Parts: sequence; structure tokens; C-alpha cells
Amino acid sequence: MRPSAVRLLNILVPVKRAVDFAVKIRVNPQQTGIDLNVKHSMNPFDEIAVEEAVRLRERLKDAVKSIKVVTIGPPKAAETLRTALAMGADSAIHVEIPEDAPSPEPLAVAKTLRELIARQKEGVDLVIMGKQAIDDDAGQTGQMLAGIMDCAQATFASKVEVDVQGKVANVTREIDGGMEELKCRLPVVITTDLRLNEPRYASLPNIMKAKKKPIEKLTPADLGVDLTPRLETLQVAEPPKRVASVDELLARLKEAGITAKQA
Amino acid sequence: MPLDLGAKGSCQIGGNISTNAGGLRLLRYGSLHGSVLGLEVVLPDGTILDQLSTLRKDNTGYDLKQLFIGAEGTLGIVTGVSILTPPAPQATNNVFLALPRFENVLPLYQTVKRQLGEIMSAFEYMDRTAYDLALSHGLGPALDANEVGNAQCFVLVETSGGNEDHDLEKLNMLLESLMTAEEPLIYTGTLSQSPAQFDSLWALRERLTECVQKEGKPYKYDVSVPLAKFQSVVDTIRERMVSKGLYGDHAVSKVLGYGHIGDGNLHLNVVAKRGYSHEIEAALEPFIYELVSSHKGSVSAEHGIGSMKTHALHYSKCATSIEWMRKIKGVFDPLNIMNPGKVLA
Repeated sequence: MRPSAVRLLNILVPVKRAVDFAVKIRVNPQQTGIDLNVKHSMNPFDEIAVEEAVRLRERLKDAVKSIKVVTIGPPKAAETLRTALAMGADSAIHVEIPEDAPSPEPLAVAKTLRELIARQKEGVDLVIMGKQAIDDDAGQTGQMLAGIMDCAQATFASKVEVDVQGKVANVTREIDGGMEELKCRLPVVITTDLRLNEPRYASLPNIMKAKKKPIEKLTPADLGVDLTPRLETLQVAEPPKRVASVDELLARLKEAGITAKQA
Repeated sequence: MPLDLGAKGSCQIGGNISTNAGGLRLLRYGSLHGSVLGLEVVLPDGTILDQLSTLRKDNTGYDLKQLFIGAEGTLGIVTGVSILTPPAPQATNNVFLALPRFENVLPLYQTVKRQLGEIMSAFEYMDRTAYDLALSHGLGPALDANEVGNAQCFVLVETSGGNEDHDLEKLNMLLESLMTAEEPLIYTGTLSQSPAQFDSLWALRERLTECVQKEGKPYKYDVSVPLAKFQSVVDTIRERMVSKGLYGDHAVSKVLGYGHIGDGNLHLNVVAKRGYSHEIEAALEPFIYELVSSHKGSVSAEHGIGSMKTHALHYSKCATSIEWMRKIKGVFDPLNIMNPGKVLA
């Protein structure tokens, strides 16, 4: 990726349409996956990413030239793009795959995004995306994308500040030991963590406006990428049932040598 | 279950029947007086009255079950229920709207009812005080403050239907017509974009009670008044507190209203920041009952009478009604063993 020469920011926010987190997950009878005939919505971490992009524009005003959202998904994924547009994104790209196609893997997504970014005439200065998708919990795409584009990455961001003139992003990350501050040269891939922000509701005026915003449709072939999975899922099963009753729990505690003490 | 109410986590069906519970979806599924098909009741003398029918139509004699629905256990104990349960909706959505002024609520209700038709399943109201209270207790996120401006009240509309695309189309058309009207009835609003947002929009309304609890000790009045009078009832009570020198952090810190406006049911809350006091109570009662009575309203829309409001029955029911209620009580429970002191003093 070319180093950012422009003084205005172009932000790309990849989003994923995933099974909604409130849904009760059921393994399908063939044990090859989960029942997908349930409510889907934008991956919560991606919502946070869209929100952060919109907030950056609120803070930096005209310095943010464009906020583009992109998704790789079946036709229904367009709804997710509309939600992002209603939150404040300017335009959207839908890399459409067939309804019954398997969900693309992180490396394939990263390659697709790289191709897309290469085709953006004005370049991309910030890629803000969720740290992981709640359906596969892979947590790899952001890192892989930065790797194959050979650019900076700041993952698990809990705070983002951009110095447009200096072409630098100061990102605070959540790590096991506490917080880490990184100074990254643009372009940078940032992945969002839960505490970064609280996404806004899409307001009615914006929902109306979103209907008129452009969604560019592409296929993987247009970008020259192959989304064929490289992993084969052998089996999906529910975790073993947990201890059912208080009596059982007491029995197991006793077995382990833990006994009650007089209060 | 064609019933949804604040106590859903702990209430029991027999109790719902005995109190004729109302709740959030009465607008759509009707009252229990309509959805209960049959009852099994143990009468005060020990006889078991078995009317557990599943028939939709049965005009054979007096419809005794209606007496027990809402009798608060004073005529018998409900031990079995046959209830008509509609199919669970395939698609649910909600919108939260900010209105410039209260006078827009009725025309908004009419517009929404007309355009959404059969898919409307709830129409709830909260005034600005309630909205600000909810936000101050963390029930966010808020609507865009610039767009909300000085909105005086808010409405939550829910839809339940058999087809997501059909429902969304109706909703989108409604929202577009509301936003692009020559004189818009709303400032702004939001349409839930995910089940999580659906829940959090509902929480703005459903968890108001908790927020009120955190503010102080509330005096709660559950009343039925004409829809157009909701705001004036709240304002009149507030003015009364002001005129009695009781409005402020030293006594009544907030007067707010919210409720099932689609059913004309207002939950008026008068929050006593420093705790209950005789002075505040004397300022409120019987003033509020007289006010409701003057609107030919109900002093207890859905919460019932219990032992607290036996003295207030006459504000909504004439002497003849009350006299005949006593006679019926005497017929069923001559020894007054069933919840003595409740409903009828």
C-alpha cells in the first residue's frame, strides 16, 4: 500500500453480517454447523468500528474525506450495509457471494480487502474493523490484512486519536497487563474492542438518507480473489452438559475434598 | 401468552387472571376478559367450579368466569385456565419517536394505527422527564440530542407480524411519511436495526420503573384518562406540588408520566426525594382521584384495588355498582374468608 500522501483521511470499515448475539445457538442435526435460519445483524464489534469512524469525522470534521463500508456476503448482507450507511457512512461496497456459499475465511477476507484497497483511487488511510466476528471468533482478519499489506496495525483499540497533519494514529490498546499506547504511521489497520465506544442508534433522518447512498456491487471474480475455504470443518457439537442440580454439585465438591464449614 | 407486563419475571398465570393484568400488548391481544376461554375456580365454600372449556363461543347462561377475572381472589381461587394463545409473531420490530409537543400524540396514534394496521402490537408513551430520567440512569444510548431538541414526549411503537419484509415495508413507508410530511408530527426517531437494539429500545420504557425507584420514594397512580388529557393530568399534579411548596429537592423532585397510551392508561409517578410524607400524600389525595373522576376516568386502570384503594372505588364507580358488587361478594363469600379487606372495604 502506498504511504498516505493526502492530508484528508479516507476510512474503510469492513463489516460482517453475523448471527445476532442474542440468538440461542443450536447445532444442526448433521453436526456440520449451526442453524442459520435465525436473526442476523451487524457484528457488534463492527458496529463499534462504524461508530468510531463516524466519531472521527465528528471530531476531525472536514479532515475525514470519506467513510466507506464494505461487506463480503450473500444478498441479504446489503441490509447490514444500509445500517452502516444509516449510522453515518458515505457509501458502501457489497462483494456479493451466493446465498449458500460458505462464510469466507479470514485470509480470504484479508486478500479481498487488499484488492479492494488497491483499487481505491484516493487510497485508504485507516481501516477500522471489529477485532473478531462473534460467529467464528477468529480474530485474525485485521492482523492478516496488515500483514499482507505490510502496514501498521493496532488491535483491540480502546481509544483512537488521529493526527492528520502528522499522518499518525495514536491508539490505546487493551492488553492482558493493562493498556498499551501505540503510535502508528498511516495507513494503519485498527481493530476495535468493546470499550472503544457505544454505537449510536441510526436516526430516522439518516435512515432516510441511507436509502439514497450508493452501494457498489462486486463479485470476488471482479477482484480476482478465490474465496474457496482452505479449512474443512469435521464436526460441530454442543459442549457437554454441565452439573444439573445443587445436590450433584454438593456431591462433586465433597468428592473433591471440599466440605462445608459451620457459619 | 397474549400478555406482557413488568412483572413477567415473577408473576403467575393464576394471579394474572385474578388481577385482570393488562400490560404492554393489551392493544394487540385484548384484555384477559376476551382471551380467557374458561376457568377452574375453587369457590369459598370449597366447591370446585369447572368451566375449563376451550370453546370460542358458548352462550349458555351467565358468563360467570368474567366475575373471577379481576376479582383479586375475593370471590374464589383460580386454579385452572383455558386461554386463547395467538401464534408467536414471525417478525417483530420497534421504533422510538421524539415528538415536539404532546398535542401530536393523538394524530400520531391515528396515523400509525392507520398505516400499520394489524401489525401494530404496542404503543407506549413517556414524557420528557421520564426520557431524561432513563438516560441519566444509563439506559442509553440516547437519540441524537440535536435532533431531539426540545421534544416534549416520546412514543415507542412495536410491530408484530407474520412476514418480516411486509412489516418492514409498512414501517418504512410510515416513517418516510412521518418525516417528509409538510408539518411533521415528530422531530426524529430510530428504527431498531438488530434484536439487541429492539431490546434496548424496549428497556427505555420497561425499565423506567427501576429508574424511578432510584430517584426516591414514588407515589404511583395508575389511571385511565382520555388520551388527550395525559399531559394536562401530569402538569396539573406538578402545579399542585408547586403551589403547595412541595416541588423541589426538599420534597417532590419529579413528576412524570408514562404508560400504555394506546389504551388510555397513564402511570403517573410523583417522586418524593426525601421519602414519603403525610404532607405530600395529603396534597396528592384525594386531589388526584377527584381529577381523574372529573375526566370520567378510572382510578386504577390495570393495577387493581387491593386494600390500598378500597376507599377510592367510588371515584370511578357509582354507588349502585358498588352496592351490587357487595351483594355478589355476599353470594359467593358470605363468611368473608376470601381476601377480606380487599377490593371492597
